[in-house]
Amino acid sequence: MKKRVLAVALAVAMVGTMLAGCGGGSSEESQSSGTEAAADGAKVVKIGVYEPASGDNGAGGKQEVLGMQYANSVAPTVEIGGEEYKVELEIVDNESSNDKGPSAASTLVSAGVSVALGSYGSGVSIAASDVFKDAGIPIIGVTCTNPQVTEGNKHYFRICFLDPFQGTVLANFADANFSAKKAYILTKLGDDYSTGLGHYFKEAFEGLGGEVVEETFQEGNSDFTSYITSAKNSGAEVFFAPVSTEAAALIIEQADSQGLAMPIMAGDTWDSNVILNAAKGKNVEIFVTTFYQEGGNEEFDNGIKEYINGDSTAKANNGGDDTIAAVSAMGYDAYFVALEALKAAGSTDPAAVNEALWGVTYTGVTGSIAFDDVNGDALRDTAYVKCANTETGAWDFVAEQGTN
Amino acid sequence: MDWMTRNLPYLMAGISVGGQYALIAIGYTMVYGILRLINFAHGDIFMAAGLIMVYATTVLPIYIAIPLMIVVTVFLGFMVERVAYKPLRSAPRMSIMISAIGVSYFLQNFALYITGGLSQQYPAIPWISDTVVVLGATTKRVTLITPVLTIALVIALVLLIKHTKIGMAMRAASRDFETSQLMGVKINSVISMTFIIGTFLAAVGSLLFFTNYTGVTPTVGAMPGLKAFVAAVFGGIGSIPGAVIGAFIIGICENIIKGLGWTTFSDAFTFALLIVILIAKPTGLFGEKLTDKV
Repeated sequence: MKKRVLAVALAVAMVGTMLAGCGGGSSEESQSSGTEAAADGAKVVKIGVYEPASGDNGAGGKQEVLGMQYANSVAPTVEIGGEEYKVELEIVDNESSNDKGPSAASTLVSAGVSVALGSYGSGVSIAASDVFKDAGIPIIGVTCTNPQVTEGNKHYFRICFLDPFQGTVLANFADANFSAKKAYILTKLGDDYSTGLGHYFKEAFEGLGGEVVEETFQEGNSDFTSYITSAKNSGAEVFFAPVSTEAAALIIEQADSQGLAMPIMAGDTWDSNVILNAAKGKNVEIFVTTFYQEGGNEEFDNGIKEYINGDSTAKANNGGDDTIAAVSAMGYDAYFVALEALKAAGSTDPAAVNEALWGVTYTGVTGSIAFDDVNGDALRDTAYVKCANTETGAWDFVAEQGTN
Repeated sequence: MDWMTRNLPYLMAGISVGGQYALIAIGYTMVYGILRLINFAHGDIFMAAGLIMVYATTVLPIYIAIPLMIVVTVFLGFMVERVAYKPLRSAPRMSIMISAIGVSYFLQNFALYITGGLSQQYPAIPWISDTVVVLGATTKRVTLITPVLTIALVIALVLLIKHTKIGMAMRAASRDFETSQLMGVKINSVISMTFIIGTFLAAVGSLLFFTNYTGVTPTVGAMPGLKAFVAAVFGGIGSIPGAVIGAFIIGICENIIKGLGWTTFSDAFTFALLIVILIAKPTGLFGEKLTDKV
């Protein structure tokens, strides 16, 4: 009898602490937003930021968030339905991990965001899609290029180009500029972005009469020497590696020390100063496709540089210098697309925002953005090709490339 | 000649990565030999050595940074033993094991906190980072240095164990923990020494490993740590030559598999090999024979 009483008491205590934990969290949060609203007399609308700050894609995720934070500092308020709202960014870290992403997304749902932005990396975007769907919250993909992110979804939108497009652009570029007949493709197993883009490149490249050699590597691999030897032995003329920047830095290092002697090509993830730093002073040739070329919009360039240089955390998050990553520009545009949607909806209700998003058009620093009416993908038809300058450690603009 | 130029890089990569695994594997095998503990935090100490080097070189010249990195890493290994394992000496073995896993996660998350989760570029070390050409194949000098240095260190270690007093104490402790204690072996200093040697070798291993593969992330120790552990079991856990030979076999096989184009299966192969060896020879290549005490 005594034991049972004790057990019940313990169980009650446990449930109690659990509830207290949750209750404490939410009351604190509502308090903080409450006091803020009282302080400057404005209502608050929350925009969720679902991005990686650690893991494979941590570097890119941080740069994307940087664009949003800068946008938030440019336009801290928005007028919704005739009332002034203060915009608050609710930032979570999905750790670049498909199994941790959904719980990060749930954090945003319980924080009561009206619309969410993200993520860098297609895999995590797909992983969390259903969490947002079930909560009825629309989400705007910023640089997740895999088609499956938005396919068949009414709540997932996207402002960047897609991998079938990017793969074709890259294949055309390899064919036109290097007259390559054979390509070596290295992708990461279990990474939706990497295998997806590799697949579309292969399709397009074979369509042009080329031949490909495909190899894969696993999570946690840091030894790429054998892959580089295989690429050399295969007689390929280009090395295509749509992988995370973390693996990219290792590939560049080892390509240099083994004398790869063929151009390395990659997609949008490689447009990062991680790559520039790794390639500086090395004997490598790197070409990437991307969303934005520094110098495309003077006002934005100067503004964000000032913002980055004025804040040591922002500078560290940008990799220690003020090179503008294309993903930052995309993050900036995504924020304004979200504001447009809030304005058009005239309410902070997620369902209304979702409805309004279909009709949103916006001209941002990366070009004009409008969504198609099937999947909510942006209609884009150009990508920029850049080449890493190994002497200056900056990107050189090469070409603006379409699919033909 | 052409065939050689094409395939030599796989073999060189295999031998060099094998040597790096060997240096880590010795740490596993020595600690197991004495404490019967699988030190799960060993791979993370390897990672920590990499990070310490990254931060040390930002403020110090390289010839001070390298010894400093080794000293700090050894101190870290020593502290881990003192704080997380020593108080549990009389506890059930499983408790120490859990404590080791705890230390492993602690180090990973601490590194995550310090680095912010971003990959840190390992500094280039003059001379050993240089590119050299061997029989028409280009590689870094470190690839050639690794096996030589590994073997030299192993010989030194074997001599230490065979011919010094502390070595004798280690052998005694690994044979019978309690009895050696009764015979007057200072067991705590023997265990500390084991950890010091193990982490010293891991620090040297990390220097060689990261010079070749220059990105340091909080989880970078996991894979090499696991492979080195496999190598230690493969060679017969507790046996130093076994661990070294096991590590070279795993490193070479892994790279040959990649060379054959079966890249997807290179890790699967490593672990399948472990299973096969353990089925055929449950104590590993050079494992102690199990004798039943009556």
